[in-house]
Amino acid sequence: MSDLQSQDYIRRSASTLTPPSIRNHEQEVAKLIDVSRCIGCKACQAACMEWNDLRAEVGYFEGSYDNPLDLGPSTWTLMRFTEWEDEKGNLEWLIRKDGCMHCEDPGCLKACPAPGAIVQYANGIVDFISENCIGCGYCVTGCPFDIPRVSPVDHKSYKCTLCSDRVGVGLEPACVKACPTGAIMFGSKTDMTAWAGERIVDLKSRGFQNAGLYDPPGVGGTHVMYVLHHADRPSLYAGLPDRPRISPFVEAWKGILKPLALAGIAFTALAGFFHWVVVGPNEVQPEDEARARRQLQEAEDRK
Amino acid sequence: MTRLVRNTTASRINHWITAGCFMLLLLSGLSMFHPMLFWLSELFGGGQWTRAVHPWIGTVLLVSYAGMIVQFWRDNGWNRDDVAWMRAIDRVLVNEEERVPEVGRFNAGQKAVFWSMALLVPVLFLTGIVIWEVYFAAYTTIEQRRIAVLIHCLAAVAAIIVWIVHVYAAIWVRGSVRSMTQGYVTPGWAWRHHRKWLRRLAATGSSGPRPRVGGGGPRP
Repeated sequence: MSDLQSQDYIRRSASTLTPPSIRNHEQEVAKLIDVSRCIGCKACQAACMEWNDLRAEVGYFEGSYDNPLDLGPSTWTLMRFTEWEDEKGNLEWLIRKDGCMHCEDPGCLKACPAPGAIVQYANGIVDFISENCIGCGYCVTGCPFDIPRVSPVDHKSYKCTLCSDRVGVGLEPACVKACPTGAIMFGSKTDMTAWAGERIVDLKSRGFQNAGLYDPPGVGGTHVMYVLHHADRPSLYAGLPDRPRISPFVEAWKGILKPLALAGIAFTALAGFFHWVVVGPNEVQPEDEARARRQLQEAEDRK
Repeated sequence: MTRLVRNTTASRINHWITAGCFMLLLLSGLSMFHPMLFWLSELFGGGQWTRAVHPWIGTVLLVSYAGMIVQFWRDNGWNRDDVAWMRAIDRVLVNEEERVPEVGRFNAGQKAVFWSMALLVPVLFLTGIVIWEVYFAAYTTIEQRRIAVLIHCLAAVAAIIVWIVHVYAAIWVRGSVRSMTQGYVTPGWAWRHHRKWLRRLAATGSSGPRPRVGGGGPRP
């Protein structure tokens, strides 16, 4: 998208001015991942690799269905498998498609020091504009979901784009297109929320009393949402944060500290300048030299 | 004796390597600290270069400042004179040094700068290691990096404020800059600002920067 003029930015990293935002009459989009309908086939992973031309290095089998083992610069989405025994002793196989959540209040964007390296479009998608990325890894500290990965080769940070290039021309993301069970849906956030509501009613009728929608308010909601059978315990699903929020350390660093620091530095410099104006230089006087000479002479004489 | 050696050639070279590193770290660090200062990264060849070079300059500064500590720590010990001098800070600030207690080679303000940096430089280095993504990301947790970057910024701001005080004091007290460029001061300068230092040099027949060991002569 970066080589086209999107002109629909609602947020732009490290920017103090309003970014080009005039073409903002867009619906907020959302991807809805219905964990209860996922069969773990990894078609979404394959589709993501295919559309985005990503090929991670082939790793090793580590006794887990997770393959590869973690997100990476070339792995933007990953099925994470959890085997969980419920209170009745039933084994549940919880499979969650991990990847960028496209937060309404993105921590990565807040932490980023490079102007325009991270942007958010009016449709809610959070995108990394790689030519502006400086490879510092601050986005990693900003993200409450541990998503961005910095490439050791080109020192750029990467993550799911929500197929912003496809969505921009009216297509759904590649993972959505590929999903054989309809576990991944895409549309306006309003529609997805409504659809999730229907799914939750259905799940509750099947005995999943705590079924619910994961759209965490701590980050202003997300543009990737989950339907969970155990929405009361998101962390069951391979450590999905129960109450994600931007770390208070990051908030302090990117919030109050910036103006306070510049003010402190400016105050010190101004104090120096006005001291110069009011008091002026401290200069050695002829009598200092005379008395110093006397001192040295006396010492000489004593020898 | 019309000139006293204030800083040896080795000290001066060491000082200016440290100062050069500090300036480069200040500019590159500020560019990554505040969006309005990001343009400073152009001085280093762009954001990627700034990010890459900043920690290496910091490593050089750490080594260089260790050298400064080796050279200057002996004259930076805190003593009773410093308390007396600090009590008279109001007179120091208005250039009325006649009524200020005499001090040795360094006054309390200079010692505070020295020890502040002796604390801040290692803090900046250690927290900098934690956020040095290229080499150390694999050995740290994200939470550790969040805390480290916050401490790094706080320490950097403190160091910048100390540095402004240091630079302004050098401009304010005439003759100080020359003492670090050409290395010498006049006896009158020493009499005015560091009288105890002058007395000790005179008593031991030393031309500076330190009293001659076993130089003899009664201490006045």
